Amino acid sequence: MSVAHNTALAFDEDQAMIMEVARNFCRERSPIEAVRAQLDTPQGYDEALWQEIVGLGWPGLALPEHVGGSGLGIAHAVAIAESMGRALLGTPLLSTTLAGQLVARATAEARVDVFLADVAAGVPATVALQEGPDWGSDACDCRFNDSGVLQGAKQYVQDAEAAGWFVVVTRHRDMPALALVQAEQLPVGAIRPHTLIDETKRAATVDFSGVQLTPDVIIAGDQVTVALCDYYLLGALLTAAEATGSAAACLDTTVEYLKTRKQFGKLIGSYQALKHPCVDILMAIDSARSFIYHAASLLEDGPLSRDAEIACRMAKAQASDTLLQAGDRAVQFHGGMGFTYECDAQLYIRRAQWSNQQFGDAMHHRKRLATLLLDAED
Amino acid sequence: MSATEQELGEFRQQASAWLADNKPADPGFLLPQSFMEVGTEQQLDFLREWQHKVWAAGYLGMAWPKEYGGGGVEPVFQSIVDQEMRRHAVPICFNVIGLGWAGPLINHIGTGEEKARYLKGILTGEDIWCQGFSEPDHGSDLGNAQTRAVRDGDEYVVNGTKIWTTLGNFARYMILLARTNPNTERKYDGLSFFLAPMDVPGIEARPIRKITGEYGFTETFFTDARIPADCLMGEEGQGWKIAMQTLQYERGAEAGAAGGLQFVRVVINDMIEELRDMTRDGEPLLSDPVVRDQLVQLIMEEKANALCEKRGAIQALGTDYPFSVQLSHKLRFSEYGRRMRQFAVGLQGAAGSLYVGDDQARQGGFWQRAYFNNFSTTIGGGTSQVQANIIAEHVLGLPK
Repeated sequence: MSVAHNTALAFDEDQAMIMEVARNFCRERSPIEAVRAQLDTPQGYDEALWQEIVGLGWPGLALPEHVGGSGLGIAHAVAIAESMGRALLGTPLLSTTLAGQLVARATAEARVDVFLADVAAGVPATVALQEGPDWGSDACDCRFNDSGVLQGAKQYVQDAEAAGWFVVVTRHRDMPALALVQAEQLPVGAIRPHTLIDETKRAATVDFSGVQLTPDVIIAGDQVTVALCDYYLLGALLTAAEATGSAAACLDTTVEYLKTRKQFGKLIGSYQALKHPCVDILMAIDSARSFIYHAASLLEDGPLSRDAEIACRMAKAQASDTLLQAGDRAVQFHGGMGFTYECDAQLYIRRAQWSNQQFGDAMHHRKRLATLLLDAED
Repeated sequence: MSATEQELGEFRQQASAWLADNKPADPGFLLPQSFMEVGTEQQLDFLREWQHKVWAAGYLGMAWPKEYGGGGVEPVFQSIVDQEMRRHAVPICFNVIGLGWAGPLINHIGTGEEKARYLKGILTGEDIWCQGFSEPDHGSDLGNAQTRAVRDGDEYVVNGTKIWTTLGNFARYMILLARTNPNTERKYDGLSFFLAPMDVPGIEARPIRKITGEYGFTETFFTDARIPADCLMGEEGQGWKIAMQTLQYERGAEAGAAGGLQFVRVVINDMIEELRDMTRDGEPLLSDPVVRDQLVQLIMEEKANALCEKRGAIQALGTDYPFSVQLSHKLRFSEYGRRMRQFAVGLQGAAGSLYVGDDQARQGGFWQRAYFNNFSTTIGGGTSQVQANIIAEHVLGLPK
């Protein structure tokens, strides 16, 4: 069997409709001036805009109807993430969506319905996972004792300041476990915001030490391990979708400049030294788009398949590299302007660094793809 | 009326069974991997016999009209046969310029007389076709073609040189782009299109030796060659338009080809399996982390190409850069092919320095030859650099 045999690619009318709505919404509500206006605000997004997103039903898109969701598959979130990336629209949507996915996949018990209903209703939620910069490490020192008191801190927690809920990845009897923590439970000063390279994003270190857990907010068992793997793959995919959208917008920005800027009496876009790299980026974006919707075609509500894993990893590897390339060339091709904060190229090159480091960079995924694709299957 | 799923399924089984029974045995000499690599009479005879056999069994030209040797059925049947041919890895149907380019053109815009005269011979393999578009001084700049055709009574007198004429030394007919009027305002308007015979005095097809050391192309010289006036397709001055339509078939942008395999598909899986037993630093080649990362990148590229093809057919997913996927098809596949084959040679250690003819060369030097031959795809039909210009200008709207 070929190493790359699965080329499933399906896109139904629902998805097309959601894509159309998302495209228009993000274009209209998040022009570049609006993006810039949020760069130095503590929250990083406009609350009214978030409420509109909630009104569109996006946070609960993939959650079951009995908690107020739409019951659509998580595949439908891919076009939204891509559209948001295109408009560099922040908001806690991706972290909230992923937090919902992690919990919904980790347990079917009714006791988490309160959490899921909040997510569907637009209360921002986020997963607190990383304890260091290494996405390949599963080190987890954030634990709770016999009395249910948490001890330890998490880093790189996306949208921590906005979050009403934290899904804390911890360990119980040496198995991965999740703890649902509400923002009010955190002691004052527990959240220390990071200064991020991408000013459209927000993340923080969160110290959960002293938070008291009750048994009903702890989710443990084999299903948690599987859910965490899938959470991480879905995170990689949605980040890839977002990055693909950003790469396309970045290329548009560059191309627009090349069509208007004159040097040596000619539009600089007529020079092949600038033209051909733009075509390379375009083809890389085409590949990334193909990968993200291929991956979307393989997603399920249950545990993700091997093919889905391959697809998500390829999507992330491709999209990360593509946006890095697009952002890098955008700065260079804008010449002196590109070196300024005023030029929009900086927004994309910064987003590129951010996206690259979420859910594993391209090398991280290619290393795992090598095992999946080149080593004998059992 | 459309065929049912069941009918198609039964047909697939039937075609598959025929191919299994009739797939030729290994002839004992290297077969061409594409129609651009037919260098010897031995190869030609073998491929001609195979194509004729496929046609006689009713598996070629299935969607072409019955009266001209075709099968007169829906194109889906031919697609099924082509898929099965690929699966069974049978030889190519080598008369590609006839089957894939000239044939569909004649079918779509030719006169009844032209169809009757040319189509059947294309299918049977009796009439080999070649293409006379490129010229030595105007490789990628087709509109600037200078080969002259001057009307003289019932004939045109042709003078000039064409190059990269695939199968030129074997062909009976050529689709020829020549200038009938050198004084037009736009250079394109002086061009005309001919379905020209190759067996008239004054035409010499001189084989060109390729980087592989083999043959497959010719340089074709016209010296006062007289071709009948009724070889003109359409009218004088319509040559550019017809040539562009022909290129649509060549690039796969328009349907109508008779079918059959045009080239032996080489996929990365073949390379991986072939090289699995090799070592590097005394360890299995595929355990080397650098090799692994390179291979994964190539696998991703191959998969992305296949996925882009599929995505190109889904309208809702093609709104960002319309026609980007379609226009970059050749650039993607040809450049990927080059990198992949080059890597396959590079992975062989010292054996990568051996060539066709050395009995220790891996697979008889298959990858070395395949790498060299792949340049015909990154250069032919407009170089990769020209393709990049086309995409930059037509998809991204960058200035000329």
